[in-house]
Amino acid sequence: MKKWECVVCGFIYDEAQGLPEDGIAPGTRWEDIPEDWACPDCGVAKADFEMVQLAA
Amino acid sequence: MKPIVIIGSGMAGYGLLRELRKLDRETPVTLITADDGAVYAKPNLSNALATGKTPEQLQSQLAAQIGASLNARILTHTQVQGLDVVARQVATDQGNIAYSRLVLALGADPIAHGVQGAAAQRILSVNNLADYRAFRASLEGKHSITILGGGLIGCEFANDLAAAGYAVTVVHRGPYPLERLLPTEIAHALGTALEQAGVRWRYERLALTAEPCDKGIALTLDDGSVVTSDVVLSAIGLRPRTALAAAAGIATGRGIIVDRLLQTNVENVYAIGDCAEVAGLVLPYVQPLLQQVRALAATLSGQPTAVVYPAMPVMVKTPALPVTVAPAPLDASGAWRVEAQEGCLAARFEDAGQLLGFALGGQAPSLRSALTKLLPPLLPAVQSAVTVANF
Repeated sequence: MKKWECVVCGFIYDEAQGLPEDGIAPGTRWEDIPEDWACPDCGVAKADFEMVQLAA
Repeated sequence: MKPIVIIGSGMAGYGLLRELRKLDRETPVTLITADDGAVYAKPNLSNALATGKTPEQLQSQLAAQIGASLNARILTHTQVQGLDVVARQVATDQGNIAYSRLVLALGADPIAHGVQGAAAQRILSVNNLADYRAFRASLEGKHSITILGGGLIGCEFANDLAAAGYAVTVVHRGPYPLERLLPTEIAHALGTALEQAGVRWRYERLALTAEPCDKGIALTLDDGSVVTSDVVLSAIGLRPRTALAAAAGIATGRGIIVDRLLQTNVENVYAIGDCAEVAGLVLPYVQPLLQQVRALAATLSGQPTAVVYPAMPVMVKTPALPVTVAPAPLDASGAWRVEAQEGCLAARFEDAGQLLGFALGGQAPSLRSALTKLLPPLLPAVQSAVTVANF
């Protein structure tokens, strides 16, 4: 399980936690998140964002 | 080979450099910046207290680091004095720099607050990380702050400062915060939520003078009342930086006028970010900027690419009541319809059944993405290279 950080706003997506309130189940891998998903904090789309892979 | 020259080290300038290097590692790039060139995300300045970040922690990289990792020459503390678009060079206080292509990523200036008086010069504004450092230093040991302007940045700072325990007053010209962007119900709810978070509003008021006093700065408003606080922050809006371009004969309007290829009326000179007016639109937000840098990176690496704007809702970072807004076009006819939905206030702007804008007061990410998909794009894809040239 990995974590990804939004370089614009610092929001961290943790694959282990998912985002249940956003309809993303715990354990959902980054590559399985829909391309039209948007950062819940700053609203920038997945495709427009650089997500930084943190140390696992 | 003459380099591509980028002027500006904000999210637009560095964003372009980053995108360009994904496509082209080799073409020389020189980036000129008036400050130290540290990399930071400007939207994070207005909620840094809540995220527990010091000005230093907001910096992700120094100029030397990003220059080395992206194979670019970064000229820091360098003032641009003029552009010669015929000789294709930039005049700076460190000498002339020739370019093959020039990208203006100049940003915007805070609008002058117009307040008179002996303490007017102590009114701060935050337009970059250095400003923010000075602002945080001015808050040391202080308790009260007055913010001029209840727009997006004013509301974000008000929420951030109130949550951190400061006594916050906002002097705002309109009857509600963000009243030009939001339907009345949501603007009103935002004002109330911020009030419950500790923000004191002075609606429909304008600050006229600022005088020093025992307790800091005394602002006199247009109804004669006086608001006293330790610190005053002006957040009444930004104006695109156009003077450098205009002096060089580049067409300007509200911003530096560019076409869908982000090119000005001068060949090989481009503009992006908060200084640019793209196909008539000045949108000083992150998402348009990211669309621009991707398109321009492709164009500069040999694939002329028109910028495309999908629907791009703006998020207002006010934890007291998070707001999302996708404004309807200014010339749209139609009306707001507001209802409670999924635990938030949802407003739809429709014309003949077509959703043209929406606003949400409250956290509803799934509703946000559903509504965003229903909106028409702001600048749709163009069909062919011929069409691009006509824009």
